Amino acid sequence: MKGLFPKVFAIFRKDILLELRTKEVATSILVFALLVLVIFNFAFDPEASTISMVAPGILWVGFTFAGVLGLNRIFATEKENSCFGGLMLCPVDRVVIYWGKLASIFTFILIIEVIITPIFLILFNLPLFIPMLALIIVVATVGFAAVGTLFSALAMNTRARDILLPMVFLPVVVPVIIAGVKATALVLEGRPLGDMAIWFQIMIAFDIIYLVVSALVFEFVIEE
Amino acid sequence: MKGKDVLRDNVLLGLGLVLMIAALYLIFIYVPTEREMGVVQRIFYFHVPLAWVGMLAFVFVFIFSILYLWKRAMKWDILAHASAEVGVVFITLVLITGTVWARSIWGVWWTWDARLTATLVLWLTYLAYLLVRNYAAEQTQGARFAAVLGIVGFIDVPIVVLAVNLWRTQHPPALIFEGGITSSMLLTTLMCIAAFTVLYIIIVIQSASMKNLEAEVESLKDI
Repeated sequence: MKGLFPKVFAIFRKDILLELRTKEVATSILVFALLVLVIFNFAFDPEASTISMVAPGILWVGFTFAGVLGLNRIFATEKENSCFGGLMLCPVDRVVIYWGKLASIFTFILIIEVIITPIFLILFNLPLFIPMLALIIVVATVGFAAVGTLFSALAMNTRARDILLPMVFLPVVVPVIIAGVKATALVLEGRPLGDMAIWFQIMIAFDIIYLVVSALVFEFVIEE
Repeated sequence: MKGKDVLRDNVLLGLGLVLMIAALYLIFIYVPTEREMGVVQRIFYFHVPLAWVGMLAFVFVFIFSILYLWKRAMKWDILAHASAEVGVVFITLVLITGTVWARSIWGVWWTWDARLTATLVLWLTYLAYLLVRNYAAEQTQGARFAAVLGIVGFIDVPIVVLAVNLWRTQHPPALIFEGGITSSMLLTTLMCIAAFTVLYIIIVIQSASMKNLEAEVESLKDI
């Protein structure tokens, strides 16, 4: 496993460079996520009394939809001009491609969440500085990205990938969404860490299981 | 078809028929009507076996999926596919019989209770499993994708169950293991489970042999 990290980093750096130069994925997802927040505002009409009940749901639905959109875009860019063929020709283990793509997907989603969350907190008049919420988001995003990388690689090679990705991705990430919503609700209520420990356990278990399983089966998804 | 296979199919068919008739007799004539719930409780004798065998079908999808990715023999993919089809149909029936029962006992068709939610998520996962093949560019690719989903989706089941259980619960607990039902009810339930298990095996075998024939026709077309 010597030199695994530089290889993973090379793929990661390529994706980040590409994104920095085209600014294609992040901008569109950001606007989309914002729109989701606004639309949900109309759907639920949250007032001061109901805000703590609906706010976590709105945030996580926003993350989930934005995440699906981002996952679709990230492998779609590889499909153009057969870039993925080039990636496959790299003299690296297939699992390196998984870790590299995982790193970039994780970073993309996290950046979007970092921008969206304060806007969400302002729009819904919630306290701005909640370190615990940041921790929940990071832990949940690892799971999202672990499964998402696998499924977006799977969907990339199919017809109608825009439809297929959410269809396979959403049922599998249900535990993360439940845990994320529940933990966020507890945080917004100002509960202590002990109350949300179980949700963290579920998310961390999900993260570990899917990091391992996805890395194991990734090669079957991308083989030509 | 080989003579051995015909014999096996006929034996299974006969066994299935006998068990199914016995199960129907037990459900509608032998077993007494439950005191509190009334006649609607009899739906339980379809509901529970379908749920058990549906879950069993998904266990086999998981096993066959691993075998397919490992051995790359088409027969494992065909068996996984056939098993998933039966599983989805059975779990669909579980959801339908469950809502019918819930309407008369709980007064609502559906509630977002832990088991109901977990079952629905499971059903959606395997629906995606069946659909992923249709979108694949070629058959072997579809088989690989489905196998990956068969593994990843199955591993998700305990996590989903754990998460939704902490989330909420209302479904009656499994009374069978706690001696909560009478021996006549237990006998009926076990008979139904046996009948539906045999039915599952019969359908999987038939469906797999049909898929084999389809694959053969496809390969002959190419010549």
